Amino acid sequence: MIGNNSHLDALESQSIFILREANHGFKSLAMPWSMGKDSNVLLWLALKAFFGRIPFPLLHIDTTYEFPEMLEFRDWAVAQYGIRLIVKINTEARARGIGYETHDPVTVTHELKTVALKQAIAEHGWDALITGIRRDEDATRAKERYFSPRGTDSEWNYKDQPPQFWGQFVTGNTPGEHVRVQPLLDWAEVDIWRYIQREKIPIPSLYFARDGKRFRSLGCHPITHPIASNASTIEEIIAELEATRTSERAGRAQDHHEPHAMQKLRARGFM
Amino acid sequence: MKPESGNGRPETPGEAPSLKIVFVGHVDHGKSTLIGRILTETGSLPDGKLESLRKSCATRGQAFEYAFVLDALSEEQEQNITIDTTQIQFRSARRNYVIIDAPGHQEFLKNMITGAASADAAVVVIAADEGVREQSRRHGQLLSLLGLREVIVAVNKMDLAAFAEDRFRKIESEYTAFLQSLGLRARAFVPMSASGGENVVTDGRSAMPWFGGDNLLETLDKAEGPGSVAQLPLRFPIQDVYRVENRRIFAGRIESGTIRIGDQLIFSPHNKTARVAAIERWAAPATESACAGESIGITLNDHIFIERGHIASHANDAPAESNRVHARIFWIGREPLVAGAGFRLKLVTQDVECQVVTVENVVDAATLDSTSTGRSELRTNEVGEVTLQTRGPLVFDDHDRIPNLGRFVLVDGPHLVGGGIISGAVYTTRKRIKSENIFWNESDITAARRAARNGHRGAVVWLTGLSGAGKSTIAAALEKELFQRSMHTYVLDGDNLRHGLNSNLGFTPEDRAENIRRVSEVAKLMADAGTVVITSFISPYRIDRRLAREIALQAGAEFVEIFVSAPLAVCEERDPKGLYEKARSGLLKGFTGIDAPYEPPEDPEIVVHTHEQSPQESIGLILDDLLPRLRLK
Repeated sequence: MIGNNSHLDALESQSIFILREANHGFKSLAMPWSMGKDSNVLLWLALKAFFGRIPFPLLHIDTTYEFPEMLEFRDWAVAQYGIRLIVKINTEARARGIGYETHDPVTVTHELKTVALKQAIAEHGWDALITGIRRDEDATRAKERYFSPRGTDSEWNYKDQPPQFWGQFVTGNTPGEHVRVQPLLDWAEVDIWRYIQREKIPIPSLYFARDGKRFRSLGCHPITHPIASNASTIEEIIAELEATRTSERAGRAQDHHEPHAMQKLRARGFM
Repeated sequence: MKPESGNGRPETPGEAPSLKIVFVGHVDHGKSTLIGRILTETGSLPDGKLESLRKSCATRGQAFEYAFVLDALSEEQEQNITIDTTQIQFRSARRNYVIIDAPGHQEFLKNMITGAASADAAVVVIAADEGVREQSRRHGQLLSLLGLREVIVAVNKMDLAAFAEDRFRKIESEYTAFLQSLGLRARAFVPMSASGGENVVTDGRSAMPWFGGDNLLETLDKAEGPGSVAQLPLRFPIQDVYRVENRRIFAGRIESGTIRIGDQLIFSPHNKTARVAAIERWAAPATESACAGESIGITLNDHIFIERGHIASHANDAPAESNRVHARIFWIGREPLVAGAGFRLKLVTQDVECQVVTVENVVDAATLDSTSTGRSELRTNEVGEVTLQTRGPLVFDDHDRIPNLGRFVLVDGPHLVGGGIISGAVYTTRKRIKSENIFWNESDITAARRAARNGHRGAVVWLTGLSGAGKSTIAAALEKELFQRSMHTYVLDGDNLRHGLNSNLGFTPEDRAENIRRVSEVAKLMADAGTVVITSFISPYRIDRRLAREIALQAGAEFVEIFVSAPLAVCEERDPKGLYEKARSGLLKGFTGIDAPYEPPEDPEIVVHTHEQSPQESIGLILDDLLPRLRLK
């Protein structure tokens, strides 16, 4: 229940509230950061929540298939905001030759993202991760909670989730488990863009159209495809989104590799 | 095509907050189908979604159902049951909606609570062919307990009842009466068919010419959003304290009211006061004020110790404070809830230990009847009333006045096991109590250190009851028992206070209140010094005893209220001081029980009945309860 705030104000306030609850409730936490638009909104909200000084590290899972523009943006942002950044590569899987050149996208995504994430959690002993997933991205994400416990193998038991209401989150988890904290759950894609516009949040250039094409969602370069678009400003992107009715992640190959691919990836710990 | 608003101005989702609606009702009464229909007819599905669902049904030789729109997870399609709450947006001519699909299966109740607790309005779906069923009632009851007031009833599957008006009217009158028993009134009952589409988003007059009301979407458009909480008294619970560039920033979300630079704030509990120096936000323009719903930070002009769980308000309208509350709760723990069980109670940012004192008025899940059970345990998914004793003070408001400060959850280890609402009891505002800004100075020798040396904790044992009920007898006997156990103890009564400290006070209502206030303050100091103070005063008013409790709690002292109960006739017959006789003859005015009221405690820690028990029995009862409270932790 809120006062006379606008839709975006309400979303912002809720996300900040969740970030502060997470920071208070967990001993050791980290915030995965992909440098994508949602990730940058999340970073911005964390800066707001903690008045410019984020008390936990950011984590970049480097698949080694990153767009050069994204890495450039990463290094700029780290210096700009004074972020503590941890970069994690699943070197073991790369050494085994796992890659998009030879393997299917679900396998590669699992190894280079999910397994890499699990390795990082084990190395650092985090009991919570703050992620930027949104309910409207994918049907399986619609079932998510703000605080979502994951088992020892990061699996998500979506049939037996703890109840969550009145802004009360239970933060005590058992050893080996971690909690996914998801402050952007209620944001829609267009909210993200309106907020980026309102707050003038810096984002990588790949989202803006060049030569009639732009990226609507960003992942590894071999499996991420641009959409036909002439939207070269945030205003044009918002106008484009209001007209479109295709889904945001349509250009992400791993989601569509097989039926229920996303559900399977996510049950095994994908974000 | 997305619908435009009625006045031709397209709604911009960046502007108005959306209305959150929850769909509840008995299993298979058609909630998912109804939602699928609404999403489809308002043009809210992504391109190709409907086609791909139809195709996937055809591949499996299955008839397409609108419910499949929602049931995106593969297991759900196999079982044809909705598993969890989903939140999906759609737009009508008037505004944005977020629909929360609440599942109907009984074991999924906790998911429904998760969904319904965040909703602004509820649609109760009742199938016309089956009528009002168990879960139709249970869900109605939960909506009432969750504080939802905006209810719309969709009488679905009218096609299976031949679109007959009498069928609709029967359900309407039956469910209206049921809602009334919960203190709820539906905005409207809408006869419809989700599978055929009549009266959902489109006109249903051809099928139901007898119905002159709005269709479901039009009814939803008339529903009221959440009322503004910005006009309510300020409640700013501290969420955390951050040190940024030598400033101490107190961060939190304003739950109600407005906060301004320069405001004098009072922090509950402990009543520390300070002025607002600045309102802090990162990368946002500076403002003079902030209102309900905003997550902000503040800095203060004065250096006081404030931490998470403290609640800031304005001094002239502070929240209530007690260590004993009465609440209606719903129980979702796996094991039954019984008296004596201990939990953590979370209310806004407060997190305190609590113990269940009593469990009452358990509502039978099947019959929804609270009179028939007589049980004193709450089973999974049941609703009932409890008295809770917290360790240390709990700050709260009546839910009817400031909802966010009147509801809490119970936590057992890593599990959330229940939720409750504090309302209806005699929790008065504390204008008078908190008008004086008292600073509580803590010395280096703490109450804990004193307790460690004494071997027991200090406490205020507050006896209340009619003149002649036996307070003095009990007080003297109790003092003796404690003294014999080598404990520090002392009795405060009219005799030793009226003649000295309170010699300037008479018996006017103001003087009586002041008398009790002074007793409370003296008792607090003595308890803080390590003594078990026994007070023996009629103290007829609840507000005064509540004040005494708050004063004791401020010092971190245990407060135990003992109701020394005996019928007026018995007391009058005993009349040890001849006072009743004087009062009856008119010589004594304003005598409690004769021409002045006595308000019995609603929730005392201990009750003794002196007309039925011997003094020894009463003392035994008191010691059983009191001694464990005095032990060192």
